[in-house]
Amino acid sequence: MRMPRFLHAWLMLGPALLLLAAFTHVPALATLWHALFSTPTPRRPAVFVGLNNYAALAEDPIFWQALWNNLLYALGTVPMSIALALAMALWVNGRLRGRTAMRIAFFTPTVLPMIAVANLWLFFYTPDYGMIDRLTRLLLGWGPTNWIGSQETALGAMMAIAVWKEAGFFMIFYLAALQAIPPSLLEAASLEGASRGRIFWRVTLPLLGPTTLFIAVNAVINSFRLVDHILVMTQGGPDNATALLMTYIYETGFRFWDTAQASALTGVLLAVLAVIAALQFSLLGRRTHYR
Amino acid sequence: MSITRRAAIGASLGALAASPFLAAPAVRAQAPVELTFNYPIAVGGPIARIIDGYCDDFQKANPGIRIRQVYTGSYQDSITKALTAARGGDAPDMACLLSTDMFTLIDEDVVVPWDGLPGAETSWMGSFYPGFMENSRTGGKTWGIPFQRSTIVMYYNKEAFKAAGLNPEVAPASWAEQVEFAQKLTRRSGDTVSQWGMQIPSSGFPYWLFQALTTQNDVRLMNEAGNQTFYADPKVAEALQYWLDLAQKHKVHPTGIVEWGTTPRDFFERKVAMIWTTTGNLTNIKTNAPFEFGVAQLAAGRKPGSPTGGGNLYVFKSASEAKRAAAVKFARFLTEPERAAQWGIDTGYVATSPEAWETAKMKDYVAAFPAAAVARDQLRHAVAELSTHENQRVTKALNDGLQAVLTGRSQPQPAMAAAQAEAERILRRYRG
Repeated sequence: MRMPRFLHAWLMLGPALLLLAAFTHVPALATLWHALFSTPTPRRPAVFVGLNNYAALAEDPIFWQALWNNLLYALGTVPMSIALALAMALWVNGRLRGRTAMRIAFFTPTVLPMIAVANLWLFFYTPDYGMIDRLTRLLLGWGPTNWIGSQETALGAMMAIAVWKEAGFFMIFYLAALQAIPPSLLEAASLEGASRGRIFWRVTLPLLGPTTLFIAVNAVINSFRLVDHILVMTQGGPDNATALLMTYIYETGFRFWDTAQASALTGVLLAVLAVIAALQFSLLGRRTHYR
Repeated sequence: MSITRRAAIGASLGALAASPFLAAPAVRAQAPVELTFNYPIAVGGPIARIIDGYCDDFQKANPGIRIRQVYTGSYQDSITKALTAARGGDAPDMACLLSTDMFTLIDEDVVVPWDGLPGAETSWMGSFYPGFMENSRTGGKTWGIPFQRSTIVMYYNKEAFKAAGLNPEVAPASWAEQVEFAQKLTRRSGDTVSQWGMQIPSSGFPYWLFQALTTQNDVRLMNEAGNQTFYADPKVAEALQYWLDLAQKHKVHPTGIVEWGTTPRDFFERKVAMIWTTTGNLTNIKTNAPFEFGVAQLAAGRKPGSPTGGGNLYVFKSASEAKRAAAVKFARFLTEPERAAQWGIDTGYVATSPEAWETAKMKDYVAAFPAAAVARDQLRHAVAELSTHENQRVTKALNDGLQAVLTGRSQPQPAMAAAQAEAERILRRYRG
């Protein structure tokens, strides 16, 4: 007796769908639903308030600052970590002495838990005797800088950690993709007399397209998601200079216990991510060359 | 396998049958009361071992009660975990949480006052320093029992004092003297500073350290009912100006935000000669400072002063009558003078009752290490740490204002007015 095709398909999809629905789709919809009510307290049950929670967000200067900070954070970390990952992958892909050691060195930050990384960097950034200040003094002759304690540098300092943490992880994907490029293509190009730069631009980079798209989507998601180091190091300070959407959601939800407002914030974050993902897949996806 | 194990246990029980616990059939027949006790420790280490020891000793003395201690991370994590669990119907029975969480816990309706619980006598609740009780009582009821309590003190490097021509036994007593000392202690080589005169941490919870300055400037930040703040008082802006001037005008204090976590390290590295931090750091500094250091009360402005800080013991509403009674027993056990004295000696936290300081072991300790008594002596001038309804939000308004000023984005007076406006917006509905 043959199973109908559709039953077979649903059986295969079932377990994954069930998990996704239970832990992603249902909570997301529930959050959007809760955002339409006020925060319940023991004395005041939740009442329907329509879009009031979103209106309150629009009037909240910290929300706008967090949104702006997050856009800067994404713009700073995404291209930087992709470029660095590609550069590192190209380097350790070549014939190089101590290649394995280099690969491990680049990959190590990825393995460390973010909380440990944050505590490590807290001391790197310490003014005067921290490692960063010692380096800038030695190489550039700068005086002490309060990296995470001043408005101008705090967000940049947080971005540097994110890039440092992520580039090694993305490098692994590039490395795998580089090794999957058939050598015959590269040999053919060099037989035609193409320079190394030209081979990179016209052969290697296009063939890495699908990997770049994958990495770009992940990097963007991470730029909204990976905020542990900020909670440890600055708690969004000084004066909200490092507040991102996610840290603000956590603060509103679990420090102020304003769950309705936090739900509305989550709604905004979901919308932002959905728009970016749609743009990436439609614009970049169209130009990506799949074999 | 299971039979042999049971037989083995039976045999060992037989051997122990003479012990008083097993000889009392009434106790054995009753199922023990299990008390879940949340305690704010992030990772193991000395304090976790001390608390484990207390739990074991208590269980030995009270065979009918079992303590299940749960270590819940930082204070911030601990209140989050306790409230999340309470909302999910699985609250702890007892927890050590910040004294400033009192209004939040009351508003969430998850705790009960200690008054009226079996065994909680007025004499016991009145045995603690009044300075600690300010944050433990509201509306005539006692909601928290002081346990892991602290206050801010100044630590200074005696060698640096000598090098600057200052008497290493005398700390600055007034605001003016503090600036003068700090100027002498600041060492410059060209444009760079090799040693700052002093530093007051301003990351994370700057309001706590700032509250020392406002208290010294003779102004309160909030009322006792926790539904009004006074951030816009001119004396508050004045206190902030003093802090700002240390960095901007006198140039004896690092600019921008000073990290709380690395401040003791800055002190060990001789990057700063005088620091403000919690008494809870006393043991850490005693162990790690590579030079002779002094501990002093904070310098006085119009008057001396510091806020208290740290954690209180709370009983949760969901605990049964039997568990509430057990919680009282355990809290009384933890705060017995002898034990409180040992706790203070082991950790640097301030033993919370005058009787603890009268014990022989505490007297001996203070005689050998007088710095230990500084925090206690300062308690006379201590005020309650900033705490209101919707505490985190109201405090954040002040924190943001302070950091805006310290990082040069705003001036004291407008920043404090803005913080007050925000606090007012939040607290209005808790009045009248």
